[in-house]
Amino acid sequence: MTSPLGKDLLALEPLTPEQIGLILDTAEPFKEISERAIKKVPTLRGSTIVNLFFEPSTRTRVSFEFAEKRLSADTVNVAASGSSVSKGETLVDTARNLEAMRIDMVVMRHGASGAAQFLAERIESNVINAGDGTHEHPTQGLLDLLTLRDHFGDLRGLRVCIVGDVLHSRVARSNIWGLQKMGAEVAVCGPRSLLPNAIAEFGVTVFDRVEAAMEWAQALNVLRLQLERMTAGYIPSLREYNRVFGVTRERLERIDHDVLILHPGPMNRGVEIDSDVADGPHSVILNQVTNGVAIRMAVLYLLAGGRPELAETAKSTPGGER
Amino acid sequence: MTRPLVLQGGRIIDPSQDLDVVGDVIVIDGTIAHAGPRGGMPDGAEIIDCAGAIVSPGFIDVHCHLREPGREDVETIATGARAAAAGGFTAVCAMPNTDPVTDNQAAVGFVVRQGQRANSARVYPIGAISVRQEGHALAEVGEMVGAGAVAISDDGRPVASAQLMRTALEYARTFTIPVIDHCEEPTLAVGGAMNEGIVSARLGLRGVPSEAEEIMVIRDILLSRRTGGHVHIAHVSTKGSVELIRWGKDRGIKVTAEVCPHHLSLTEEAVEGYNTNAKMNPPLRTAEDVAVLGEAVRDGTIDAIATDHAPHHYDEKEREFADAPNGIVGFETALAVVVTSLVGSRVVDFPTLIERMSVAPARIFHLPGGSLARGRPADITVFDPSREWVVDPEQFLSKGRNTPYAGRKLRGRAICTVVGGRIVYHIAAQEH
Repeated sequence: MTSPLGKDLLALEPLTPEQIGLILDTAEPFKEISERAIKKVPTLRGSTIVNLFFEPSTRTRVSFEFAEKRLSADTVNVAASGSSVSKGETLVDTARNLEAMRIDMVVMRHGASGAAQFLAERIESNVINAGDGTHEHPTQGLLDLLTLRDHFGDLRGLRVCIVGDVLHSRVARSNIWGLQKMGAEVAVCGPRSLLPNAIAEFGVTVFDRVEAAMEWAQALNVLRLQLERMTAGYIPSLREYNRVFGVTRERLERIDHDVLILHPGPMNRGVEIDSDVADGPHSVILNQVTNGVAIRMAVLYLLAGGRPELAETAKSTPGGER
Repeated sequence: MTRPLVLQGGRIIDPSQDLDVVGDVIVIDGTIAHAGPRGGMPDGAEIIDCAGAIVSPGFIDVHCHLREPGREDVETIATGARAAAAGGFTAVCAMPNTDPVTDNQAAVGFVVRQGQRANSARVYPIGAISVRQEGHALAEVGEMVGAGAVAISDDGRPVASAQLMRTALEYARTFTIPVIDHCEEPTLAVGGAMNEGIVSARLGLRGVPSEAEEIMVIRDILLSRRTGGHVHIAHVSTKGSVELIRWGKDRGIKVTAEVCPHHLSLTEEAVEGYNTNAKMNPPLRTAEDVAVLGEAVRDGTIDAIATDHAPHHYDEKEREFADAPNGIVGFETALAVVVTSLVGSRVVDFPTLIERMSVAPARIFHLPGGSLARGRPADITVFDPSREWVVDPEQFLSKGRNTPYAGRKLRGRAICTVVGGRIVYHIAAQEH
C-alpha cells in the first residue's frame, strides 16, 4: 500500500501543503488515545520499528517510543555513537544490517545533514528523520505547527518569528518550510553570525533586534542555544546573548499584545529564554511535547499505509491491550 | 627505427603555429616530420584514418592526483597514465600529496621512473613546497627540479603562511618553475563541504564562501608582484578570482591560472540530494561563476584547463556528505565536458580549446609538446568532436569511478593518443 506521504518522512521542504495538512488532521484523533487510561490501539501490531539514535536525545526518542508503543508496534532502541569516519561501522553497513533483519521502519537521529536521505535511498523500510545534522527535524516542525493551529485555529496569515541560532538549527528549517507552506508569515531573529548568510533567500523577514521581532510576531519559537556556539566564537558570551537576544518577561511586557511562546527544548533557562516566560501564561512548551506524541503516531500510521479517514476508527478499535 | 606513422585526412588544428587545415600529420622517429596539407607518404608507414576527426598537439593536464605512492588501491601511476591517454592527454603533472609526500629528490625520481614504466601518457612530478606539506620548512626545491619536478605545490593543503609563499616564489625563480597554490583561506573554509549560499543553507551543510578563495588569490598575486616569482592559481572557481587574476595580468604580474571542467559545467545545485560525487574542493559554485569562468577561458584570463583528477575508493564516497572526501575523476570526461559545455554553447571554438588544453599548459609549465611544428616530439591527440557517448564509469581505465557525469550524454571523444610517436591509446582497441 502506498502511503500518501511516499515511503519516508525526511523533510518538510519537499512536502505539499496538502500532505502537511493531512498529517496535522490525522494527529487530531490520536491526541485522544494518550488521554485514555489504557493508552494503546492495535494499529501497528506486528510491525517492527528501530529507533536508531546516533546522537543523544531524550525527548525525541521517548516521544517516538511512546508513539510506537501506543500503536502496538514492536520497537528496538539502538544508541549508536558518533558518525565519524574513524570509528565504528559505516552508515551504509548499518543500513544493510537493518535491512537484513526485515524491519518495517527506522526512526533515525544522526549528526550529519542528509543522513536520513542516505539511509532511505538504501533500504526498502520506511525511514523517519528524527533530526539530521543542521538540515531538518520534520516531526518537530509538524508538532510546532499543530500546537500553533491548536491555539490560533488557522495558520494562514499567522506571524511567527524563530529566534536564535538559525544557522545550526534543523528545527528552524523545518519550521520555516512548514509554516510557509501552510500560509504563515515567517521571520527570524538572532545575531547575524548565527543566521545563514543567504537567509533572505528563504523568503523570511529578518529582525536584528528581538524587541522588533516581538512587536511583529504573534508567536515566538525560541531555539535552544547550543553552549558550544560560544566556545566556537559565534557569540561573545551567554550572558551577553541573554542581554541582547533573550526572550525575557521584561521585554514581553513592553509589547501591547500577547505573544505565544514555543521552545523545542531542552531549554537553557536564563540564556535564550527566562524561566518566568517559559513557565508563564503564554507558554505552550508542554503542549508541544504532548502534541509530539500525536504527530509521531500520525506519521507512523500514515507511512505504514493507514488510510487517513480510518484514523478515527483505528483509535476506537478494541483489543489494543495485551 | 620504428615504423613511420601517418595521421591521415583529419582537421589539423595547431594554435602554436596558427594552423587549421585538413591534411596529414607525419611522424618519423618519434618526432613530427610534417603537419599540414597532404604531403609525401613515407614508405611502410602505419596509417590512421582521421577523416572527420581533429588532430591536435597532445593535451597536457597540469593538475592531477595519481595516488602512488600510498593509495595504490585507488589509483597507480600506471592506471592513471593509461586513463589520461584514454582521455586524450599525452602528459600529466602529478600533485605531491602522496603518502609519503613527494617532497624530496628520491620521491620525485620514483614518480619519474613509475611514469616511464607505465609507458603511456608522460608523467611529470610536481614537488611539494614545504617538507611533508606541513606549511613550515621549504622543501629541497632545487634537488627536486634536478630529479624531474616541473613545479612545486602544497596542493590539497593551502599555503597558509604568506611568508612561506613569498619565500617559495622567490626561491623558485632560480629554477624557472611555477609555484602552484590551492587558494583557500583556511579559517574561512574550515569544515566547509560545499559553496556557501542558499543551497548550503537549505541542505544544512557548512559552506565555503567564495572569499576564502579570493583572499588567497589576491595575496598570491601581490606576493608575485613583490617577488617576481611565477604563481599559478590552481582550479579557479569564482567570478571574483577571475577579476583578480585579470587585474594582475593587466599589470604584467606573473600570474597564470587553470580551471577544471566541472567548474565550467556544474553548479552547486548538483549537490542536491547530498550527492557526494558533486563534492570537491574548491566546491561547485553558482551559475554566474560558471558563466564568468567560461568567458575567462575564451579571453585567456584563464590560461589552462586542468582536470584535478582525484580518484577515491567507492566506499569512501558512499557515506554522509560532510564525511566524504573531496574530488572527482576527470581524465576520461574532461574533453567531452569542455566540448559539450563550452564549444557546444559557442563560448569557445576548437582552436581556443586546444590552446587551453595543450599549447598553454606546455608554455606556462615549460614542458615539451604543445606544438605540431616540425622536429617537435610527436605528442598528438586525435579526437572526434561530434561523437556522442554516455558516461559509464565502469568503462573507465582509471580505478576511480567517482564522477558526477555518470549517465550523462556528452559530445567529443579522444580517438587516438600518440606519445613520442607511439600510439598509447586507440578507441578501437577498447571497443567490442
